[in-house]
Amino acid sequence: MELSELWFVLIGVLFVGFVFLEGFDFGVGMATKFLAKNDMEKRILINTIGPFWDANEVWLLTAGGAMFAAFPHWYATLFSGYYLAFVLLLLALIARGVAFEFRGKHNTANWVKTWDWSIFLGSLLPPFLLGVLFTGLIKGLPIGADMEMNASFFGDLVNVYTVIGGIVFLMLVYLHGLMFISLKTDGDLRERANRAAQKMYLATGIGVVVFVLATAFYTDAFTNRGAILIPLYGVAVVLYLFLYSLLKNKKEGLSFTMTGLILILVTVSFFVVLFPNVMISSIDPSYSISLYDAASGAYSLKVMTIVAGIFVPIVLAYTVWSYYIFRKRVTNNKEHLEY
Amino acid sequence: MSELILARIQFASTTIFHFFFVPLSIGLAFLVALMETLYVVKKQEIYKEMSKFWGKFFLINFAVGVVTGIIQEFQFGMNWSDYSRFVGDVFGPPLAIEALLAFFMESTFIGLWIFGWNRLPKKIHLLSIWLVSFGTAISALWILAANSFMQNPVGYTIQNGRAEMNNFLDILTNEKLLVAYPHTIFASLTTAAFLVGGISAWNLLKKRHIEFFKRSAVISLIIGLVSSLGVAFSGHTQAQYLVSEQPMKMAAAEALWEDSGDPASWTVIAGIDTENKDNTFQLDIPYALSFLSYGKFSGDVKGMNTIQEEYEQLYGEGDYIPPVKTTFWSFRIMVAAGGLMILLSFIGLVLHWRQKLPTSTRFLKWMIPAIFLPYIANTSGWIMSEIGRQPWVVNGLMLTSSGVSPSVSSGQILFSLIAFSLIYTLLAIAMVFLFVKVIKKGPYASETGDATVTDPFSTGRVG
Ligand code: HDD
Ligand code: HEM
Ligand code: HEM
Repeated sequence: MELSELWFVLIGVLFVGFVFLEGFDFGVGMATKFLAKNDMEKRILINTIGPFWDANEVWLLTAGGAMFAAFPHWYATLFSGYYLAFVLLLLALIARGVAFEFRGKHNTANWVKTWDWSIFLGSLLPPFLLGVLFTGLIKGLPIGADMEMNASFFGDLVNVYTVIGGIVFLMLVYLHGLMFISLKTDGDLRERANRAAQKMYLATGIGVVVFVLATAFYTDAFTNRGAILIPLYGVAVVLYLFLYSLLKNKKEGLSFTMTGLILILVTVSFFVVLFPNVMISSIDPSYSISLYDAASGAYSLKVMTIVAGIFVPIVLAYTVWSYYIFRKRVTNNKEHLEY
Repeated sequence: MSELILARIQFASTTIFHFFFVPLSIGLAFLVALMETLYVVKKQEIYKEMSKFWGKFFLINFAVGVVTGIIQEFQFGMNWSDYSRFVGDVFGPPLAIEALLAFFMESTFIGLWIFGWNRLPKKIHLLSIWLVSFGTAISALWILAANSFMQNPVGYTIQNGRAEMNNFLDILTNEKLLVAYPHTIFASLTTAAFLVGGISAWNLLKKRHIEFFKRSAVISLIIGLVSSLGVAFSGHTQAQYLVSEQPMKMAAAEALWEDSGDPASWTVIAGIDTENKDNTFQLDIPYALSFLSYGKFSGDVKGMNTIQEEYEQLYGEGDYIPPVKTTFWSFRIMVAAGGLMILLSFIGLVLHWRQKLPTSTRFLKWMIPAIFLPYIANTSGWIMSEIGRQPWVVNGLMLTSSGVSPSVSSGQILFSLIAFSLIYTLLAIAMVFLFVKVIKKGPYASETGDATVTDPFSTGRVG
């Protein structure tokens, strides 16, 4: 495998890590409006992700940095081409990030309400936008001969297919968040998270199927990569069917693993379809940017491979350790949630 | 307005805004770690309260530092796509490595520090804040490595129509990085020291928690003196570096149109006439520029007109003179702020030595506005550094005007500029509001049973 191919895979892995980890953060953020009944419950929900969300977001930052470093043309075309989508994504992430810190520092109703909305919208918008972005990528975008993308907002960026992609991604992330809540809280909240997931189950399942059909209809994905995609989506659907009995039997750890795996499979499928391109041109296939066109020189890739080889295991080790430290459930027992 | 102007305004405003928070994060992480170390070593509760109290400012500030940083990571691709294509190979790796080495460390261990007061062993908890501090310092190193490449490109060749890295070590030992890194770290320490000093002074004036704030003030004055001396000395090495490697920037910072002659005198203030390329008046200190540039009382410094001619021969026709007034005045503002800071921390320590600190009303009153000195100096330092580099975005390699994204319209940039400015204004207001609130409440707040402290982030815990 060439180093450029390795880095394509690594960037895929970073996005997978981001979607799996920050996915439940987003889901929990949405649940602060949908699931929590009172202020105390909101606080418990926020505390379940309190120690983790920032580090989880760094997966996205690292993915962006790695794209810049390993595939400058990919980074340049994607970020300038999707300009408005990224502005919205950034605004959402900004609002959400400070909200966690600011919300509890002052206690007038308006103050708390403002940051509650920031958390909610800041958790709702990013997964939707990411879904739109990824599906747009595999559908193809108007990339010219100069590698620049001149996309219209409605039509190229926002269309039936990408909106389906965004909504389904959002639903999966919410489900994943509910599973995290049932894993990290206790009592009524834990029960309700499970019940909400059961209620969401059918709708999300239909969503996934619609998404797969839409992918077959709107993109060349199955023509080009059917041999991998069909088993991949097949596994996702089987896992999803399996999830039902896990939910019923309150197997929380396994349910969480399932929703995580499904999110991972869906994310992987985007990268499978893209390969070996990083940007697919809807104007002319010859304008598509392949990972080889987009890549940095061999020297930089080698340097980064060495650095990543040394430090990724270290980062993973302390990340796992921090989850281990905070492994217990968050409850509203005053002794535990002192304030 | 053109895309270029808007993109520049946006980059400048988001970056300057990010850098309001960055130095305080770096400096305060260190101070809080120091206070917690005192607690663990001396086992006195007061130091624990100190690290908790000052830690509150750190956390509020850190949150804003983090979210303003996210924009930074993405805006090169968004607004400066041609720049990104041209230098991604060299400039991208430090950024990616920064995320991997520093951001993961900061964010993971800050989570452990916030939520770990009661569930981690003392020493591990202390280690967490040290790792956060270490993370902020590493982060600064890598981002400055990237920025130093723009100031002084090294370790690359031009290939495939772009700059490609051919020596990673050169990038890490870039001479510009070696002078800029200590300067920035010292500047960050002064930022934290003067914030702690100013808030302590206010409390001493109000006679609140005298012991607590006296000790805080002394710690901050010591750090303040050491770091403001450090900032001056490292600033001096920066200037010497500029004379040899970025003479145009230095000449602009000195409003030196013609060659200085030998020995060179240093201009304190001047009336600058950019149209006629001349100064209407100037106040000079003889020999001083020679001394600043070379460490001896002889040697001449090239003027802008000479360098302009040299550059035209090298790079073709064009105007290679940066905005002189901005460069000149921002440099002087920074240096003046630095001087005041040395003076203030020195006076403060003398007062402490004579045991008069808590009662020196006049001095304490000065310390409150002095909180802003490092902010002014930080901002003007970056303005000098970046404006003085114009018209280049990568010195001698790429013009700022050719870095901007061709596919992004001015309407889009205007939209994002307005959106970011709005949200940043709100953030700034909310942050100042919270700072004031924390100050008013004072330390030991949890023990006075104030029920408004319902902060899940700093007092709630998991488990
Ligand atoms: C000298 C230091 C310094 C400088 C010049 C910059 N930063 Fe910064 N940055 C930091 C020092 C720092 C820090 C101290 O590490 C921060 C500040 C507060 C914080 O949370 O970490 C940070 C946060 C921060 C974050 C959020 C990290 C997280 O989520 O934990 C990002 C993505 C960036 N920065 C990116 C940038 C970029 C792309 C810059 C260049 C334009 C930049 N920073 C300038
Ligand atoms: C590390 C990567 C950096 C890049 C790629 C970069 C690039 C640029 C660019 C493209 C501009 C706009 C061109 C111009 O109008 O001057 C600029 C200006 C500026 N940047 Fe940097 N810069 C970097 C780092 C920083 C940092 C870390 C700071 C401060 C925290 C900073 C402060 C400024 C300032 C103050 C300006 C001048 C404002 C202006 O444009 O009018 N820069 N820089
Ligand atoms: C006391 C005398 C000082 C001198 C002689 C000095 C000198 C310099 C010089 C020459 C530069 C420009 C480097 C370049 O353009 O390439 C610079 C940049 C800068 N200065 Fe200072 N400085 C002083 C004080 C301060 C103080 C007090 C602060 C903040 C507290 C500060 C913060 C900065 C920052 C943030 C930069 C931009 C980053 C960098 O290039 O390192 N400086 N300084």
